[in-house]
Amino acid sequence: MKHVFTAILIAMSMAAGLVTQAAEKEVTMGFIYVGPKDDYGYNQAHSEGKAGVSQLPWVKSVEEASVAETAAVQETMRNMINLDGATVLFPTSYGYFDPHILRVAKQYPKVQFLHCGGLYTEGKHPANVGSYFGYIDEAVYIAGIVAGHSTKSGKLGFIAAKPIPQVLRNINAFTLGARSANPKATVQVIFTGEWSMPVKEAEAATSLINQGVDVLTCHVDSPKVIIETAERRGIYVCGYHANGAKLAPKGYLTGAEWNWSKVYTTYAEMVKSGKTLAAGTIPHLVRGGLKEGFVKCSDYGTAVGDAAKKDAEAAKSKFMDGSMVIFKGPLKDNAGKEILPSGKEYKQQDLELESMGWLVDGVVGSTKS
Amino acid sequence: MTTLATTSQPSSATIPSEPGWQWRPALEAVLIPVGAVMAALVLFGLFCAAQGANPLSVFAAIKRAAFGSWYALQNTLVRAAPLMLTALCTALPARLGLVVIGNEGALVAGGLGAVAAGLAVPTAPPALAIAIMTLAGMACGGLWISIVGLMHYKRGVNETISSLLMNYIAIAILNHLVNGPMRDPSSLNKPSSYPIAEANLLPRLGESEVHYGLIFGVIACLLAWILMEHSTFGFKARMIGGNIRAARMAGLPVARLGLTTCFLAGSAAGLAGMVEVAAVHGRANESLAAGYGYAGILVAFVARHRGLPIILVATALGGILASGGILQRQFKLPDASILVFQGLVFLTVLYSDSLYGKFKFFKEPSV
Repeated sequence: MKHVFTAILIAMSMAAGLVTQAAEKEVTMGFIYVGPKDDYGYNQAHSEGKAGVSQLPWVKSVEEASVAETAAVQETMRNMINLDGATVLFPTSYGYFDPHILRVAKQYPKVQFLHCGGLYTEGKHPANVGSYFGYIDEAVYIAGIVAGHSTKSGKLGFIAAKPIPQVLRNINAFTLGARSANPKATVQVIFTGEWSMPVKEAEAATSLINQGVDVLTCHVDSPKVIIETAERRGIYVCGYHANGAKLAPKGYLTGAEWNWSKVYTTYAEMVKSGKTLAAGTIPHLVRGGLKEGFVKCSDYGTAVGDAAKKDAEAAKSKFMDGSMVIFKGPLKDNAGKEILPSGKEYKQQDLELESMGWLVDGVVGSTKS
Repeated sequence: MTTLATTSQPSSATIPSEPGWQWRPALEAVLIPVGAVMAALVLFGLFCAAQGANPLSVFAAIKRAAFGSWYALQNTLVRAAPLMLTALCTALPARLGLVVIGNEGALVAGGLGAVAAGLAVPTAPPALAIAIMTLAGMACGGLWISIVGLMHYKRGVNETISSLLMNYIAIAILNHLVNGPMRDPSSLNKPSSYPIAEANLLPRLGESEVHYGLIFGVIACLLAWILMEHSTFGFKARMIGGNIRAARMAGLPVARLGLTTCFLAGSAAGLAGMVEVAAVHGRANESLAAGYGYAGILVAFVARHRGLPIILVATALGGILASGGILQRQFKLPDASILVFQGLVFLTVLYSDSLYGKFKFFKEPSV
């Protein structure tokens, strides 16, 4: 009998130990990606952010990759809440937002749902939903400057998934950056129509290179095959989403990268101190660029010349002090229509930029697929 | 069929004394697929071990995440519902000897039809609106696979290739419509159609997460079972599948039966598209083509193209898919693990098809 008693005592103290251990991990965060974690792209960037925030001793994190934008993501969100005890969720794919996040958020009003890229609308969306995104066009603009300096043919190539605002904004920023360094440069754009279609991306890369393009960049979920194709054909390439230098040791110039670990750490700290979206103590819309540390540029590759570095660094410091504006008049689209008259400009926060439907002068291509 | 098989055996010169229910062939029909799945489990266990996870605890977790609780079962059933419907798209024509794999395309066509119909009647009462969407989805999916049937019977086009290629056409049409004519301008970064009125969406069963798509799926499978196994239509269809020349000699209208079956097959997948639109997404966009069509092919083959087993196999596969998350979150296995498992099941079951009739034990001893 005594033994049983001791055994119970030991079991209880162990259980208590487990409980205190669990209590030390005050914040449990769940991360959901639409593709694989090692895609050298969108999903890897988020997974690296998750790895970053997991360094905090009081954060427990779970992740699930390749979750489709269907009932599957609703199931994953519920599992993370019910089985893993997540109190903050980061479903990172754009297509998770409506209707999936909106639906599950209504069912779990105490959980914080933070979505990458969505437009939170007060009154229309549940109060425990928020959205974050980065002005990555700033880093893309810098990559454009480097590309404009590095090209010999003056022909740059941009492989894009879909003609939607987020993508068009990057194509335009890249073009404006390139033309600030080389006013004669043109950017030929190809839309593949899919976020992840490696075969088409490789075909597009080959076709652009055959047309004389000597610097490539892209906006697809995984730039891997594009970077590899560029390296194999001996041309330059600028990365996107995550650092792709490993894939192209010779031709990688620089690239626009997300810095999600900074963003996720900020959120973790807010949640730890008891702030919530519903109470309004966590802002519903969070945006930031180079200055706020939401995005960054890859380290320059060996092929980047001094003039390119000088111009790129100058632009970077203007972004850092807030004096840089990418979209300013006079600005025309590539059909000759005026977008902004001289003296007018779009600041990064302007919502016009989040519903962009045009391509600037210098882009060869059309949004009509 | 079994009686036919026994009497045709050369050794059975005399009529079997008890021509009642024969348990040995029935046991064969159960044990061979079960054995195949067991073999796949062993192979997947080796894979898990190679990835540094204990196979037994992985299997326990799969069981828990798929069927361990009412909560888990709901996830499984939500996943199973579309698979039951898409599986029929392969299963029904298979009984006539056609290998149709255009499930994904028929699902997309049905989803588009349902959205168009739902948007056309925004103010109709919910029951009527759902009925209209259901019919439109089934009609569009049915017509889609009927094209495959027409090309096959009228022009001799291989139905497998044409139905596969038509998947891409359907997805291209979907992308064109949601990027162009049907696009809701407020769907900025994920081009989608206008949403269907919330009141007209397909409701869920009681307080659960399971929607009416499951009921549609079960009913469709039951109807398919009755049609193919217990009706003269099914008898004719199976006769065509058994020997198309004999069927023609017997005067069966092969093309007409084939086209009807293709239409029914497509309408089942089209109904799956309608359910996706009306119960999950509320609109049409690229997420319609989420791979349920392709998973349905797997279900149909594992279930040997029969209606009742499809319900079971779809539920089992739904369970496997629903447990994919726990493999990642708890065992840190790669996200493709669940696809590896699915692939192993498919391969072993397809291989096991060649084992029927190879084991003496399963043959009725001829007295």
